Amino acid sequence: MVFVDEYPKTSKLVRSEFVVAFVALGIGALFGIVQALHRTGLFRGFVSSADYYTLLTGHGVLLALVFTTFFIAGLFAWGVANSLERELPQRTAWTAFWLMLTGTVLAAVAILGGVFGAPSVFGHDLEADVLFTFYAPMKAHPAFYVGAALIIVGSWIAGLAYFQSLWAWRSEHPDERIPLKTFMIVTTMLMWYISTIGVAVEVVVFLIPWSLGLISQVDPLLTRTLFWYFGHPVVYFWLMPAYLVWYTILPKLAGGRLFSDPLARVVFVLFLLLSTPVGFHHQYVDPGIPEGFKFIAMTNTMFLLLPSLLTAFTVVASVEHGARQRGGEGYFGWLRSLPWDDPAFSGCMLAGLMFAAGGFSGMINAGMNINYLIHNTLWVPGHFHLTVGTAFALTAMAISYWLVPQITGKKLQRRSVAIAQPYVWFVGMALMSNAMHRAGLAGIPRRTAEPTYDEFAFEGLVGTVAEMRLQIAIGGLLLFVAAVMFLAVMAETWLAHRGGRLSVNSDFPAPLSGAEHSPRILDNYKLWTAIALVLIVIAYGPPLAAMLADGITVPGSPPIPV
Amino acid sequence: MQVHNFEKVWLGAALLLIVGFIATISYGTVGAGVAMVDDSGGQIDPQAVQSGETGTTFDDPGIVKENESHYVVYVVAQQFQFVPGSGDNPIRVPANTLVTFKVTSADVLHGFAITETNINTMVIPGQVAEVTARFDETGTYGLVCHEYCGAGHHTMGGSVEVVPESQYNATEVTN
Repeated sequence: MVFVDEYPKTSKLVRSEFVVAFVALGIGALFGIVQALHRTGLFRGFVSSADYYTLLTGHGVLLALVFTTFFIAGLFAWGVANSLERELPQRTAWTAFWLMLTGTVLAAVAILGGVFGAPSVFGHDLEADVLFTFYAPMKAHPAFYVGAALIIVGSWIAGLAYFQSLWAWRSEHPDERIPLKTFMIVTTMLMWYISTIGVAVEVVVFLIPWSLGLISQVDPLLTRTLFWYFGHPVVYFWLMPAYLVWYTILPKLAGGRLFSDPLARVVFVLFLLLSTPVGFHHQYVDPGIPEGFKFIAMTNTMFLLLPSLLTAFTVVASVEHGARQRGGEGYFGWLRSLPWDDPAFSGCMLAGLMFAAGGFSGMINAGMNINYLIHNTLWVPGHFHLTVGTAFALTAMAISYWLVPQITGKKLQRRSVAIAQPYVWFVGMALMSNAMHRAGLAGIPRRTAEPTYDEFAFEGLVGTVAEMRLQIAIGGLLLFVAAVMFLAVMAETWLAHRGGRLSVNSDFPAPLSGAEHSPRILDNYKLWTAIALVLIVIAYGPPLAAMLADGITVPGSPPIPV
Repeated sequence: MQVHNFEKVWLGAALLLIVGFIATISYGTVGAGVAMVDDSGGQIDPQAVQSGETGTTFDDPGIVKENESHYVVYVVAQQFQFVPGSGDNPIRVPANTLVTFKVTSADVLHGFAITETNINTMVIPGQVAEVTARFDETGTYGLVCHEYCGAGHHTMGGSVEVVPESQYNATEVTN
């Protein structure tokens, strides 16, 4: 039975979440191509260099926060309904959706005000050129912070709907193991609750009252630390849904089944434990933080490699099993037997391949002292366009080719465009990201409209600066084309008429090694949450206490316009 | 719990890689002496930096000679320049001599990176970033603000001129 007929209410919810996500993707991609052409100097006619930062803020907020959060809310709603075989609690889920949408609109209006001359609204200039990290004391319109808070609170309530489903299912199935998809989703949400406390305190306790003038100053190091308490786990909030797809859907698309359910659970528990006490690795070169705390964060970060390395094994093993079921043979010959013309499959595989490259550049970022070489250079966005910009985004697009037909009941339209799309994205990202990494090694900074200076010129270490710029611009152009291809396929599918049998469904084969082989303790959320909290207290307790001890807003800065 | 033999080997190799990374970084810290930017620079009132009333060298930033082999460079980063460092006011320091940079902000977050070197720190209002280095090679190095600091961020650069020890004129030192 098609998912939309089996769970019509949840399907409508997933469709609504996806529409917001795809609109955000389209606008964010448009800003992206303008930026790529602007900062490489190929074409600067769209915006002034001062307004570049408005688009940069919009690109980061719309893609890293809005596209991701809404897509994940949709994917998780499908995953919970599918694996627990029940509709999601409607009131909770829709409350979450409307809160998140209100927050998104508020933040988007505040950002776009910057393009329209920052008119005064409620006594504050309507602008938010503060980038998606919104470091104080740079001030945005209060609506931006209120919007950010609503998105976070909305995501909490979305999570509540998954817990309500789990509790209802549990009362009917007291002795059964939690189905894998729901296990992964609930583990991800527990990690999300723990980590979003940081940004919630930053925004609600400090930035909103400060931007309204209720408190005169905030401590920039404290608010920045609270941001990064959240800022690294958020990347796992993007990554874990991609892992859910790679573990639970990709093996089936490859023609096989998941290699090991127990190992998948171990991986998600490790993410719950280790995702948060690592934020100081974004502050390796911050003054005011003793070296010892940075070292603890570095050690935790390195161990966070473990779940991803285990995932690489399990996913490749599952896909190889699928290929052999399809008649694949040889050490590497089985790769030829995979369905590379299925965009859902090829997109996930290409995303996984790029994530491996992104993982290696992330090991450099995590290397506390070698990080000096690349901190805040173009290397860093080069890295995260491989992770959130491909591992997450390409997986999301790929799985939409498979999932959107099921939540609409309509066949995928423009299949040939869909088949080509993941490859266009892959080539575009390969060009853009390799050049960004190399530009970073040459010391070229990130987050700038014009990376050229009066006082000196950069010299490329590998390749020339002009060649890197060209690759970034061409890569950016291909990525924009790929985003448009994806959105065109989605729009046509959405507007098509229902008819005929779908070639996809949400029935899954059992894993080779099932839940019956995994220790029950893995499902003990209380235990893992408690251990996660202890690790956070060790990593964050002493430094936060030191920052608070000298006065909560001391040393303090008043709001400063951009 | 069943774990496939291949998977056990993979797990062992992964753990070895992780421990190896931590070991090399520890060596970099303890053996090679790569110090991290930390809290050694202390705190400062950012609003006093803005008004020039800190009662410290940051009120008139520049180069202080500690002794023959150690100079301290005080730099104030502000929207959108380094003082000293930007425009026709480059930071001039001698080669083969210990140079400590003390950098703080008069307004928002900034970055302070010297190209082709490991000198790279955040500049956070309220904190003094402290970095000590020795330049082996003479020449002009680029100075970059690498954290977004506002509408003119892309204009915030500068330069560091490293001159031979013998040619370094102590009268250039401002304090």
